[in-house]
Amino acid sequence: MLVNEFLEKSVKRFPNKIALVSQNKRLTYIQIENAANSLANALIFYGLHKQDRAAIYLENSIESVISIFGILKASGIFVIINPQVKSKKLEYMLNDCQVKILITDTKHLEEISSIMPNCSHLKKVIIADENKHDNSLLYKFEDTLKYPITRPLNNSIDMDLASLIYTSGSTGNPKGVMLTHLNMVSAANSIIEYLENTNEDIILNCLPLSFDYGLYQILMTFKFGGTVVLERSFLYPYHIIDKVVKEKITGFPIVPTIVAILLKNKNLDKYDFSRLRYITSTAQVLPVKYIIQLQKIFPNTKIYSMYGLTECKRVTYLPPDELSRRPNSVGKAMPNVEIYLVNGQGEKIIKPGEIGELVVRGLNVMKGYWNLPEENAKKLRPGLYPGEKNLFTGDLFKMDDENYLYFVARKDNMIKTAGEIVSPKEVENILYEIDDIIEAGVVGVPDEILGHAIKAVIALKEDSKLTKEEIILYCSKNLEKFMVPKYIEIRKQLPKTSTGKISLKNFTKTLKI
Amino acid sequence: MYIEEIGWGFEMARSEKKTDIDIKQKLNVFIRDKFLLGNKGVILNDYDSFLDKGIIDSTGVLELVNYIEETFGIKIDDEELIPDNLDSLDKLTNFITKKIGYVSK
Repeated sequence: MLVNEFLEKSVKRFPNKIALVSQNKRLTYIQIENAANSLANALIFYGLHKQDRAAIYLENSIESVISIFGILKASGIFVIINPQVKSKKLEYMLNDCQVKILITDTKHLEEISSIMPNCSHLKKVIIADENKHDNSLLYKFEDTLKYPITRPLNNSIDMDLASLIYTSGSTGNPKGVMLTHLNMVSAANSIIEYLENTNEDIILNCLPLSFDYGLYQILMTFKFGGTVVLERSFLYPYHIIDKVVKEKITGFPIVPTIVAILLKNKNLDKYDFSRLRYITSTAQVLPVKYIIQLQKIFPNTKIYSMYGLTECKRVTYLPPDELSRRPNSVGKAMPNVEIYLVNGQGEKIIKPGEIGELVVRGLNVMKGYWNLPEENAKKLRPGLYPGEKNLFTGDLFKMDDENYLYFVARKDNMIKTAGEIVSPKEVENILYEIDDIIEAGVVGVPDEILGHAIKAVIALKEDSKLTKEEIILYCSKNLEKFMVPKYIEIRKQLPKTSTGKISLKNFTKTLKI
Repeated sequence: MYIEEIGWGFEMARSEKKTDIDIKQKLNVFIRDKFLLGNKGVILNDYDSFLDKGIIDSTGVLELVNYIEETFGIKIDDEELIPDNLDSLDKLTNFITKKIGYVSK
């Protein structure tokens, strides 16, 4: 099965059912199918060939959903870029995977126009809203809808790549996770199975589609023939709470930061959430105190605590009836996935309670990172059985005697904040671009709402007059919002190892928030 | 009208009587300072949506609400945390003006 067939099969079953609610519009399956077919025909006409990359650089919108399926129908690979990404990183990604066609909007055009001359593979830019610019590279999204609504010939097979999802890399540059149709279909099947989704489900998604957790809400809903209500963000909490009630939402995927903000609302118990069948949480550990409060406010709603990584989408889920028994666990392997822990010598751990690195076997495991053979050799290694490679997650866990996992730590120093993974190196690289900064180190410090907040510790040139505000301003111009340090501490010098390297280990011990 | 024209660094009025211009200017200063970090390169019109402009994130909304409650001595209910009340300088000003019972002339 191919990912685009999620839509195509549901069109046959429910052509006139509402598939997508977004920006005050309600679109049926057939409307989305027709628009995606037209876009696919346009993309083919514009020169997109099989397995060519086309990127979507848009806020959550109808156009972004149509684009996902349009690109797949044209036998291409879709790459969703976080709309907060700034020009330098955008340029890196567009060049890294040689994006040929970019779909964006007027608001983001500014970020693109400065880097376009540096992106030699980029042939066309499609603008999703009004296009007043006089540039032969630019096309209007609405013009693509004039192309035939007949489904173009698609010669993809399920080992072809469907998507590249960029994730933070420890070197500072993002890495493109290569996912085949088979990877994505397998992950969707497993998740739909344990969430027991049916075509009666109505899902509210306020997570960005550049985040696999948000993206899969669209893909899975289209697979099981439900309805997805797509919101831009969780910015105004009551707006979302109101949608949950009015749209009779049955499934609400969130991250712990959203839970923290949601729980700040004092009157949640007065709303009718009786239709809400489940809430899912992933990306960071859901603190037990939040679980207890959620259970009180949503007594009839199943709460799923889960764990995963972009490299295989999802690994575990905690069955809701286990929540009171093992609230600290992120659960057991999802259907059709096998997990085990290995010790420092790479041997499988048999004894419950022993800490080891989590390894994942399953058809959901990525094909690899785009163009990064060394990273692939580290992450995808021979596993339990001959002739196959398993995913070494880099996350340390304990397992109990019934194979439930308990998160311990990450092996690397990546920071998890507000559901996002941040590479300290990426933030440090930006800090070092500021002339007066001679040393910089970035760490995560505990934060009630964000999980971890980004803190930068820096040393300045002797007579520098640089202020913390100026540093934060520079970061906010060059980094996505969630990467901008919340705290800055200026020191004379940073702690170092005996070999003179800045030592993050010593650093976290002596840190003041 | 651009914020720049109203004047960055505006001194808060000491007067007891709050006018909507007064409210807007206070909000202006707060948002410029807190979320735009004094970045004068960003053009923020009174009618611009914070969501569209990507100016505030979820935790920023909490900070904005705290600021409004403390500065204007009002209590914001959960149901009032919607874009119609909060998503631009104009909307915020109207909302606060109504809350404190001042009728704009």
